Amino acid sequence: MIPEIGYFSLVLAMALSLLLCIFPMWGAYTGNLRLMRAAPSLAVGQCLFVLVSFAILIYITLMDDFTVAYVAHHSSTSLPWYYKITSTWGGHEGAILLWLVMQSSWTALVAMMSNSLPWVLRARVLGVLGFLGVGFMLYTLWMSSPFERLLPYYPVEGRDLNPLLQDPGMIIHPPLLYMGYVGLSVSFSFAIAALLTGKLDNTWAKWSRPWTMVAWGFLTLGITIGSWWAYSELGWGGWWFWDPVENASLMPWLVATALLHSLASTEKRGIFKSWTVLLAITAFSLCLLGTFIVRSGIIVSVHAFATDPDRGLFILSFLLVVVGGSLALYAMRVSEVKSEGRYKLLSREVTLWANNIFLVVATLIVLLGTLLPMIHKELGLGSISIGVPFFNQMFAILIVPFALLLGIAPFLRWKQNKLPPLARKALGLVASALLLTAVWLYSSYDTVSALTFIATALAVWITLGALVDIFEKVTVEKQLLEGFKRQSLSYWAMILGHVGIAFVIAGVTLTSAYSVERSVSVKPGDIALLNEYQYRFEGVKEIRGPNYSGHAGVVTVLKDEQKVTELYAEKRLYDVGMQFMTEAAIDDGFFRDLYLALGEQLSNGYWSLRIYHKPYVRWMWLGGLLISFAGFLVVADRRYRKRTQNKKVDGVIA
Amino acid sequence: MNPRRKKRMLAVVAIIFGVGSAIGLTLYALQENINLFYTPSELIDGKGEAKEKPFVGQKLRIGGMVVPGSVVRDETSLDVTFKLIDTGPLVTIKYHGILPDLFREGQGIVAQGTLIEPDVIEAFEVLAKHDEEYMPSEVAEAVKGIKHVKPTYNLNSEN
Repeated sequence: MIPEIGYFSLVLAMALSLLLCIFPMWGAYTGNLRLMRAAPSLAVGQCLFVLVSFAILIYITLMDDFTVAYVAHHSSTSLPWYYKITSTWGGHEGAILLWLVMQSSWTALVAMMSNSLPWVLRARVLGVLGFLGVGFMLYTLWMSSPFERLLPYYPVEGRDLNPLLQDPGMIIHPPLLYMGYVGLSVSFSFAIAALLTGKLDNTWAKWSRPWTMVAWGFLTLGITIGSWWAYSELGWGGWWFWDPVENASLMPWLVATALLHSLASTEKRGIFKSWTVLLAITAFSLCLLGTFIVRSGIIVSVHAFATDPDRGLFILSFLLVVVGGSLALYAMRVSEVKSEGRYKLLSREVTLWANNIFLVVATLIVLLGTLLPMIHKELGLGSISIGVPFFNQMFAILIVPFALLLGIAPFLRWKQNKLPPLARKALGLVASALLLTAVWLYSSYDTVSALTFIATALAVWITLGALVDIFEKVTVEKQLLEGFKRQSLSYWAMILGHVGIAFVIAGVTLTSAYSVERSVSVKPGDIALLNEYQYRFEGVKEIRGPNYSGHAGVVTVLKDEQKVTELYAEKRLYDVGMQFMTEAAIDDGFFRDLYLALGEQLSNGYWSLRIYHKPYVRWMWLGGLLISFAGFLVVADRRYRKRTQNKKVDGVIA
Repeated sequence: MNPRRKKRMLAVVAIIFGVGSAIGLTLYALQENINLFYTPSELIDGKGEAKEKPFVGQKLRIGGMVVPGSVVRDETSLDVTFKLIDTGPLVTIKYHGILPDLFREGQGIVAQGTLIEPDVIEAFEVLAKHDEEYMPSEVAEAVKGIKHVKPTYNLNSEN
């Protein structure tokens, strides 16, 4: 009975969404204020019903109701309660329901926090969000209901959650990523609403910007945590595989990054208007494309867990409707848009424009590398794969001019700048960045390749540039503290985001260049050497978890005869699925990670053991955290805060 | 040519040059990194209508079933060799390192590596999917000649 209520609740949510998509739009078209006024309550209403539906799925999972197919396939009685909850988004149907939860929550949030918008725009934004909601709800109800029953023959025990997904990273990774994906649908709706209204002015950009920022912040956080999860859970120390599923999340991120830089130009200077709209449409379309790639099973991936061609077809059709419709609208309206600002070559406008070019080119490269195997196969030309080096080479080439620009970006003003002072500053920075990098790398490592040196120097250059800029801006005031306070939060967010990128570049470069690994076969008492550390294999002991058993290889790590730590590299056998899982042991540190994975038991008491020494690997996740924090910081900026504070009160009441 | 036109001309030339070199670089990198997929029989007998065989030294991907009893581990190092099969001939895979958790005899796997002899591949990556029912779709298609369909869950028999 209860699962049926969940399903029915979703039906009601879809009915409300349908009304949300029709009434306010019609009202905005005919100028009927009463119809437009219905939008916020409809938005909140559909959100409530989706939440009820999701709560019911969690409830039946916790109650081990194996008459429901989804629960039987993704949970089991022995699963700890927190993993039971996460199992509600561990499979396809549940993941889409989580997507719906996010989608409807964003819609409700927009409804509650958009009081200051003119009704015509507000109704249209919510109407577009309602349309997207209808699409996904139709999909859930029609093709992927998590409430489907297995009656009359149902199992007494479920098939358990995939052991790979039984990890803290998995608890938060998908919700964050979906928050980002779905958040971009808000930017998309603002863009479409602005196109419909025909007013593409900078007020539109101002409204859209905080939403885009938050969505982008979540997306960044989701990707960062996904990478960390892959690193700690897959057991081979990799953190990015250029896998189609990863690419599917990277593409919207790249475009969204371009979008928020372009939005800044539109808001501040009234330029790049049509381009900004196009980016907003593209960013969300790429989210849909990503969903299609992941869910259709058209591409072989290590990450795609549930796939089905029919579902892929639905998403593809939805994608075509959304992209086709919005591009048609764009084509109709774009000729009316006029750029206002004028600027010279050496100006912030041009650097932002260049930033956009690089990010879009990067997106195209990822798109090409992701879709080419798919097209190649569908054309009947045979199955191919694009090697990882392709992406690495292309990104290595792109990052150089991109990072060079990024270093001087903070110094540039709008409209125009004088070259000589800028060139002097840049030269000074280049010299000090090269010097610092040389000291840093040559003091730590014997060999430094040219590529490593350049990339590290770029990271140093970005950081130095940011520091110098802070210094110059802050010392304008006599009192240092006053100087700090005078800068807007947006400014600090920009600095933070850029320094975050520097950390990512440095982390990726150094860990790629200086990671070392050894595969050894050891018996108890053996010592393996790797860099300055000694690894003493103490033996293997039995372990027993709530739903698995296995062995843990005990390894004492020594440095200069001193004990550093003791690590337990586990090999688990999960009871229900009888699947083996390697649980790597990681000793994390700011400057290096020690990473151990236990392999198979060999003959006569030997075990295979893989040891990794990964310098600076944490820096890229630290960078990711900094970047996403920057996104959230912008929203707290005074310019947006005044508006949002009023809304917060409303939000609490509602 | 007036100065305004000259400026535009320069801009156009710069854009064409930029786009051209970008496309050139991309295509070059692509060409270097496309790995064709083979099954063991395609590797030995040739692929497609033209019966194209890979050359020794080519980077490629291969997918097939691990022949039961063919896995040989070196006593002292982590070297391992095993044989792959689909419908006909066998191909030997050499690998150094720890095999994935779900690597088992009789299981479908995908390996990436270099062809070092006409029927021997030195693999740098061996993938086995983390799902006991999973057969890499390329392997399933090659073995059965059909498209991979979603497995039907046979939960009832567990009772």
